[in-house]
Amino acid sequence: MSGYSQISFETRMDSVEFRVGESAHITVDDTLCRDCSVRGCITACPANLFVPTSDGGIVFNYEQCFECGACSLACNTEGAIDWSYPEGGHGVVFHKT
Amino acid sequence: MIPGESPRPEGSPRPDPLQRADAAGSEVDAIVVGAGPAGSAAALELARNGHSVVLLERGPFPGSKNMYGGVIYGRILDTLVPKWWEEAPIQRWVTRRQTMMLSGDQALTIDYRSDRWGDPPYNGATAYRPDFDQWLADKAAEAGARVVCSTTATGLIHEGEQVVGVTTDRPGGELRAKVVIACDGANSFLAREAGLYENLDPANFTVGVKETIALPSEVIDARFGVRGDHGVDIEILGCTGGVPGGGFVYTNRDTVSVGLVLSLPELAKGDKRPEQLLHQMKQHAGIAPLVEGGEVREYSAHMIPEGGYEAMPELIGNGLLVAGDAASMCLAAGVWLEGVNFAIGSGAAAGRATHRAIQRGDTSAEGLEGYRTRLESSFVLSDHRKLREIPHLVMGDLAQTRLPGMACGVAEQFFHVDNPAPKPGLRRIIRSEMKTNGVRFRDLIRESVKAIRGFG
Ligand SMILES: Cc1cc2nc3c(=O)[nH]c(=O)nc-3n(C[C@H](O)[C@H](O)[C@H](O)COP(=O)(O)OP(=O)(O)OC[C@H]3O[C@@H](n4cnc5c(N)ncnc54)[C@H](O)[C@@H]3O)c2cc1C
Ligand code: SF4
Ligand code: SF4
Repeated sequence: MSGYSQISFETRMDSVEFRVGESAHITVDDTLCRDCSVRGCITACPANLFVPTSDGGIVFNYEQCFECGACSLACNTEGAIDWSYPEGGHGVVFHKT
Repeated sequence: MIPGESPRPEGSPRPDPLQRADAAGSEVDAIVVGAGPAGSAAALELARNGHSVVLLERGPFPGSKNMYGGVIYGRILDTLVPKWWEEAPIQRWVTRRQTMMLSGDQALTIDYRSDRWGDPPYNGATAYRPDFDQWLADKAAEAGARVVCSTTATGLIHEGEQVVGVTTDRPGGELRAKVVIACDGANSFLAREAGLYENLDPANFTVGVKETIALPSEVIDARFGVRGDHGVDIEILGCTGGVPGGGFVYTNRDTVSVGLVLSLPELAKGDKRPEQLLHQMKQHAGIAPLVEGGEVREYSAHMIPEGGYEAMPELIGNGLLVAGDAASMCLAAGVWLEGVNFAIGSGAAAGRATHRAIQRGDTSAEGLEGYRTRLESSFVLSDHRKLREIPHLVMGDLAQTRLPGMACGVAEQFFHVDNPAPKPGLRRIIRSEMKTNGVRFRDLIRESVKAIRGFG
């Protein structure tokens, strides 16, 4: 083990600026997720925004999204993810990247 | 004014330079969507040639949505911005380049350095994209391009077969032009909407994640063995926990960028998340001493279109060109991860071809055909064509896990002194390591032949 400990996911995401827009730019129809066996969004989303529920659904929150597009490409259930960019000027703002 | 100069406070009305274009009652010559390196290079070329051009950016300032590993190869700027190195917002000049292969607790590094890379015209430089992209967009603005931030292009406007403008997310925000140049990055919605992509295979995409870790510049100098404004570029193989991909460490002035690039479908199939894999890499004895004690200043993520030549869309439509990542022009071939230079090269070519087409009064696909010729005679398409097999080779299992394992194993046996036993012969070492790592002779030959052919 090296000389630092793993930071929590919250601390990690706290280092990122988000100018959160009023409306969700991504929505998930989790009635479709219930029949999905792949559930690739859960590991692929770098912001960890796809949270499985105990009854087979998915809870999604758009606020801390990197707008990378990985979820929409990884998901192969047509219609489960409705993806677009946030309104201009909103969403993630990088600085030292 | 460049809207990006003072990021708009939340909720205040957006400045509306779109109105001016409408009020004039006329279309502009060109709309460039996306103020990344491709878009700014295209807008710069057009503005310099006297055209009216609007450069649209959805972020509050150019670069605000953009992240990458960290090294820009700037020579492509020589003709666009002479002596760019005197003014570009550079962190460090790369004078030392390493390729590190990790396996278990082992690491084998190839280390090249040349102080000549620290003198003009330089080779590679680390820079933060929000700084660099803003700087290049400023160049386009100085040349006369109108840079409009906080504005998302939401679709294309067609008249018959011809693209004649874009819709935006501003009220009444339709904007018309003779040519639209889509430089909207990896997700390339405009090229997709125009039907220029035949099929989008997730296997052509990787997810990149990175931590920008703060460390005092003297500490960075000491740990990486450089001084002043010199810096280091490390590419890493065998560090991705079995998910095809690679890692990187780059030095900035007082931060270090540490990240991973991971195959999207394989990441999605697996059970390890990107930040867990990154944590794992940072704990490796080859990496930990370089980054420990530093605080994570910023975490970031972005996708990379890695498919290269075979994955490129149609580049030209009627009144429409596609450049940079939007056209899958990022070169991801093993130790090379170059997208910014390819974006600038293709963006500038798109700008020049558009200028010609407008001059001749034909902005149909045929009139814009000069774009392809320009790309073919430059590094953009010739490198891509030459290296088109390499992305598959590098993402294959042999290069990903078995070769790093074998290389480390050979080094271990070669350097390990096991007296009183005599030193084993190199041939025997290689044979035994091939066996241990499941590398078959014929696979090695086959992949080597492919690699030699692929690297030209
Ligand atoms: C992890 C990682 C590491 C990398 N490492 C390197 C490296 O070390 N060196 C290197 O040269 N390259 C590297 N790359 C690749 C490089 O970042 C890209 O190839 C390069 O940014 C492409 O430039 P671009 O202008 O085509 O697209 P982008 O830089 O993505 O710019 C696209 C712009 O368009 C804007 N936009 C998108 N859609 C819209 C819309 N609808 N309306 C308005 N604006 C829009 C975006 O906000 C963005 O500013 C890396 C990439 C990643 C992800
Ligand atoms: S979003 Fe797509 S991949 Fe994720 S659980 Fe739902 S259907 Fe499956
Ligand atoms: S766009 Fe990227 S960060 Fe946002 S939800 Fe999808 S995978 Fe997660």
